[in-house]
Amino acid sequence: MFNIPPSLLVQHLINGITLGGIYALIALGYTMVYGILKFINFAHGEILMVGTYMGLFVYNALGASGIPAFIMSLAVAMCCSAALGIIIEKLAYKPLRGAPRLAPLLSAIGVSIILTNLAAIIFGTKSKRYAYPFDNTPIQLGEVSITPHQIMIIAVCLFFMVLLKLFIDRSKLGKAMRATSQNQQVAQLMGININFIISLTFAIGSSLAAVAGVLVALDYKAYPTMGMMAGLKAFIAAVVGGIGNVTGAILGGFLLGILETFGVAIFGIPQGLKDTIAFSFLIVILLVRPVGLLGKQIREKV
Amino acid sequence: MIRFKPNTALILSAVLLIIVLSIFAVSRPFALNLLIIMAIYAVLSLGLNLISGYTGMLSLCHAAFFAIGAYTTAIAVSKFSMNYWLALALSGLLAAICGILIGIPTLRLKGDYLAIATLGFGEIVKNVILNADDLTRGPMGIHGIPSVNILGLTLSSNFKITSLIITLVFLGGSYLFVRRIIRSRFGRALEAIREDDIAAQSMGINVTKYKVASFAIGAFLAGLAGNLYAVYLQSITPENFNFLTSVMILCMVVLGGMGNNLAVVLGSVIILLSQEMPRLLNLQFMTPEVRQIIFGLILVCMMIFRPQGILKRKKPNFEHLIKKPGKSSKGSL
Repeated sequence: MFNIPPSLLVQHLINGITLGGIYALIALGYTMVYGILKFINFAHGEILMVGTYMGLFVYNALGASGIPAFIMSLAVAMCCSAALGIIIEKLAYKPLRGAPRLAPLLSAIGVSIILTNLAAIIFGTKSKRYAYPFDNTPIQLGEVSITPHQIMIIAVCLFFMVLLKLFIDRSKLGKAMRATSQNQQVAQLMGININFIISLTFAIGSSLAAVAGVLVALDYKAYPTMGMMAGLKAFIAAVVGGIGNVTGAILGGFLLGILETFGVAIFGIPQGLKDTIAFSFLIVILLVRPVGLLGKQIREKV
Repeated sequence: MIRFKPNTALILSAVLLIIVLSIFAVSRPFALNLLIIMAIYAVLSLGLNLISGYTGMLSLCHAAFFAIGAYTTAIAVSKFSMNYWLALALSGLLAAICGILIGIPTLRLKGDYLAIATLGFGEIVKNVILNADDLTRGPMGIHGIPSVNILGLTLSSNFKITSLIITLVFLGGSYLFVRRIIRSRFGRALEAIREDDIAAQSMGINVTKYKVASFAIGAFLAGLAGNLYAVYLQSITPENFNFLTSVMILCMVVLGGMGNNLAVVLGSVIILLSQEMPRLLNLQFMTPEVRQIIFGLILVCMMIFRPQGILKRKKPNFEHLIKKPGKSSKGSL
């Protein structure tokens, strides 16, 4: 089982990192929202799905080929998802601020059910294809092969992660965001418009999810339930890294991606049970370190 | 102290009774089938009410226990031609054991984390059922589960009236069972844990033990409901027990009112009515997608406008135990 050539190991590592980058991008949205509102935005995966479809329409309208059309569709997908995220927050979550934990969670599940089924009615249940904007023949590097699509995923993921990290750590709005996540009331007293910050958080998280959705749809197509599993996995990544922690979400995403790829390719877990790897990993992490890898340990005081 | 006033519960029950009776007038087999399914789901929501409503643990894997019960019965009865009563006991026990196994590690978690961990468990169970082809026949499901005869009454989709009697008796039994638990020392411990687990612990309650026990009892009831479901419908597929089923059961509990047994039964009736009525009225535009959208809207609107549910939690009333301070003892504090 462990007698695998190093080139194969590198190959799986590349596949794992690609998958992990996608998880990490989606996980960022979960972790940012959780950091500020302390609730799981269950509809995050569905926001991703809607954004992907919107991008797909624009891409097909522009001829479905070429890098400029692709970038255009990516931008549209991001804008649509961001708008959707803000609208959902205003309609379904804002009235529930301060309510018991269960209320926003169930409301989010409701929104996710509504969006999935609306998409099934409007777009149809058949999966839709995103054509590659470039020639996707794998590049051979010795015994390892990597597709341009994979390179693009890694590059785009890293670009947005660095951008987000800089935004949160260096900009004034990022500072306001961090303040809001630490203590909403005090942040408000310091003159921060927390409603704006919350909308901004949803917009950023949702647009990152749309990027992930478009990148994934090149390989796996777009379909109404695509957000469900991707969203759950990304949430697991966010919890593993320490929910509320941006660096943790990135780390968790890559870890989960690599683990899943290795689980199937090296440890011989059947493809049908692939999803159980992530859930088992989640349960193990929650047992060993409930706050996640980079989460802060908070002692509960009486 | 016995109070009797026309409260929400009574009005609502009357309205629902009228609706159900009018369905009878339109189509008798449909109404009977609906009532049986309602009774089975009411058992499920009673179990979940014990877990979520009374103990305050948010569980999103109730459908997994339901599935374990249903599949245990289906496999035991149709493959190994096991005695029905043995299969019934096995369904409940196996679900309870799974509840304990998943409960011990995860019940240390709280709120959202617990919800996600249980969701994960639910997905694992579904995946295992889908992939254990030799036992569960994977996505095809198990069909032709033999009907049974319980004390002269047949439980089968072809004998609706007797099936209804059996499921109603079963529902009544579960209701009394849960009520008995809640009114015992054990039940008070569960409510103490829900209100404040640290305070409960300092009162000497073994929080983990009670949480796991509550989880196991809820799972046990779900396992029994799974048995009824499998034998009544005579065929089951993994699709009957997905994440949406868990959400639906939780929605029944929350819509009715967490921590109120009568309310969750009402909740089951309302949710199933909203899902099944379009089918009866033969509304063509009510495709499964539209029905699910309605379900989602119910969830969101309910959370915004009445998060405590239709009926409120029954608060224990200890007033009769406290001696009212007389006029002479004023200013004692």
